[in-house]
Amino acid sequence: MSTSDTYYIPHKATWPIIGTVGLVIMLAGFANYLNGSSIGPTMMVLGLLVFIVMLTGWFTLQSGESESGMYSTQVGISYRMGMMWFIFSEIMFFAVFFGTLWYTRNLSVPWLGGEGTRAVTKELLWPAFEAAWPTNGPGKVGGEFESMGAWGLPFLNTLILLTSGVSCTWAHHGLLAKNRDQLIKGLIATVGLGLLFVTFQAIEYHEAYTEMGLTLGSGIYGSTFFMLTGFHGFHVCVGAIILGVVLFRSWKGHFQPENHFAFEAAAWYWHFVDVVWLGLFVFVYVI
Amino acid sequence: MSAVVAEHDHHDHGPAKGLLRWIITTNHKDIGTLYLLFALAMFFVGGAMAMVIRAELFEPGLQFVDPAFFNSMTTMHALVMVFGAVMPAFVGLANWMIPMMIGAPDMALPRMNNMSFWLLVAGVLLLASTLLMEGGAPASGWTLYPPLVLQTGKALPFAIFSVHLLGISSIMGAINIIATIFNMRAPAMTLMKMPMFVWTWLITAFLLIAIMPVFAGAVTMLLTDKFFQTSFFDAAGGGDPVLYQHIFWFFGHPEVYVMILPTFGVASTIIPVFARKPLFGYSSMVYATAAIAFLSFIVWAHHMFTVGMPIAGELYFMYATMLIAIPTGVKVFNWTATMWKGSMTFETPMLFSIAFVVLFTMGGFTGLMMAIAPVDFQYHDTYFIVAHFHYTLVPASIFILMAAGYFWLPKWTGHMYNEKIGQLHFWLSAISVNILFFPQHFLGLAGMPRRIPDYAIQFADWNMISSIGGFIFGASQLLFLYIVVDTIRGGTGEKVTAEVWEDASKHSLEWTLSSPPPYHSFTTPPTSIPTEHI
Repeated sequence: MSTSDTYYIPHKATWPIIGTVGLVIMLAGFANYLNGSSIGPTMMVLGLLVFIVMLTGWFTLQSGESESGMYSTQVGISYRMGMMWFIFSEIMFFAVFFGTLWYTRNLSVPWLGGEGTRAVTKELLWPAFEAAWPTNGPGKVGGEFESMGAWGLPFLNTLILLTSGVSCTWAHHGLLAKNRDQLIKGLIATVGLGLLFVTFQAIEYHEAYTEMGLTLGSGIYGSTFFMLTGFHGFHVCVGAIILGVVLFRSWKGHFQPENHFAFEAAAWYWHFVDVVWLGLFVFVYVI
Repeated sequence: MSAVVAEHDHHDHGPAKGLLRWIITTNHKDIGTLYLLFALAMFFVGGAMAMVIRAELFEPGLQFVDPAFFNSMTTMHALVMVFGAVMPAFVGLANWMIPMMIGAPDMALPRMNNMSFWLLVAGVLLLASTLLMEGGAPASGWTLYPPLVLQTGKALPFAIFSVHLLGISSIMGAINIIATIFNMRAPAMTLMKMPMFVWTWLITAFLLIAIMPVFAGAVTMLLTDKFFQTSFFDAAGGGDPVLYQHIFWFFGHPEVYVMILPTFGVASTIIPVFARKPLFGYSSMVYATAAIAFLSFIVWAHHMFTVGMPIAGELYFMYATMLIAIPTGVKVFNWTATMWKGSMTFETPMLFSIAFVVLFTMGGFTGLMMAIAPVDFQYHDTYFIVAHFHYTLVPASIFILMAAGYFWLPKWTGHMYNEKIGQLHFWLSAISVNILFFPQHFLGLAGMPRRIPDYAIQFADWNMISSIGGFIFGASQLLFLYIVVDTIRGGTGEKVTAEVWEDASKHSLEWTLSSPPPYHSFTTPPTSIPTEHI
């Protein structure tokens, strides 16, 4: 029986339970830390280490199986579907925070300012509050702050991410054309641009906290700004790590033009992160 | 796309030995069994909490528990039953049945399947651990509304991370189900020939992937509001507590359909077998399921009619909600038409299924009553809503899970269950569940609020009757536990055939396999598929 018409079903899997244990230790540690318990940070680090070991072990196992030709086309389709719907779930996660931004800007903040049938509420609760955006609310939570402009670092970051999308596609063309040099250079450029993006984002955060008075605690503007850009930045980091692994595997000589699911998945993920940023740039920074 | 199993590990073809088998298994039947047994255990844990609630409400006044613990009980009862019992039970059924129903060797992503189960256990353990913490378990109701939930003690971050773990588990399970159904079907199994159970789970899986991240996002904002100074749900900072309710119910409404759509699927599987007729209106069942799933995303604020929405919002959500009655009505009429002029027999699975059709319809009608916004102002947060959703969950989802147990236990174990005890279990359950929940309609209409440990004297009689029904219902479920254990250990001793039920193999593929089925369900895809269910 040739491998191309078989569906590989592993009999035993030890990594899932290890990963679960790591995740639970990490989260229980974080919860303990938030509750002020001194054991929290230790548990978090320990759990994270277990989790990293799991990721490394599981992915090494999978790429080894893939390289030894154990996966048929049909298995590849399962993986592609898995990645596709995982990205869809991520889109829904970001949708929550975009929705929150929309709701507060267009509905609840104007209502606090007395719009619609809320005039009496405003008079009774916060008569002095004038609805505007950006705002830290009628309680001026977090004190005076400046909002983040769009056309400095954020615009530069937009160009950086768009370029990284191009370099990622260029690397893919290299892979398809069996041009190893182009593949590796393209991936190095993509990872490098990703890291540059994160660096600029860090500089922007530093500026916000030290010079602009803009923090996570700056009312609803600070909350939505840091939640959206923060989760996005985290996803850029994850994407860069994934692309880094793909780069390492390319350098080791993995991937064929007809068989390179890991590359495809990483590229999809990168483009998803890219598109989220475009949404962020428009709705958080520009408008 | 055909699937043939590859045996790469030539040294060991079977499962691992001993306890380790269950921890590292990748087999869809092993994992399905784990899910089902875990769900059964949690059914009794959540049930014990319900017994505490009904004991406290047996008489007016405070007798057994203090009010804070009572509120923890209502909260934990709901969370355990929803995330620990009903959802995992259906995922267990999906794991067991979908590969066998579509002619596949196993689930598409077996390793992830294992992780999805253990993350569920981890999430429920984290949740259960909050019962022992300073300040008690969450007591805000399962909806976790701020600002109330932010007053939770040390339990809050644990409960939130538990939701994250349960969410990851559900998303993994759902992705696996979608990949299995799209990629692993036998070549002859076209989409419109799939059994209804497979169809309903396919649609449910899409709901899960769309909503679990939304719930995760909502509780993440609770976490940052409590610990990281954000103002998402605080009006002083420009946020809005009602925003949480919108996000929660955008998740919550599809979530209740996650629990009911697979229920419809199992009912549509069982009724034709015992009516000895094809399912009436197969394609309309498929389209109705899809329509219900679509509508579930655009009706969420009917849970919030009293929060002070603009009048246009009230009207929109009222009319949109009433639309759901149409596809749901299609289903109820189809089940009825399937039984019409059928050669019916009334084994335990069929009894539970018929009770489901009748009692779920009643729960649906009270839902329609509450969809009417001006009327809902009277019912909101009373025992009427408690009666409504328990009618759609207990004699619907739970009854159908019982029916599924009786229906497929002989297939899973190769042994027949004791029909006499099964019928006793049915009649005790069906009568006591109505004694338990029907009076709660009267209590709600008379104005008794939900989630309180004590109540005014005029509610005493119906509460006592309801509690008596609750105790009988709770005790009756021990019969089910007995039957499950007994059947696994050999049951009546009667050896069942592959088909188990008369002509069942004309309806669905799982009945063409031996009882119990082989470790890998279909190592080569079946060439012909039964179409009696269509």
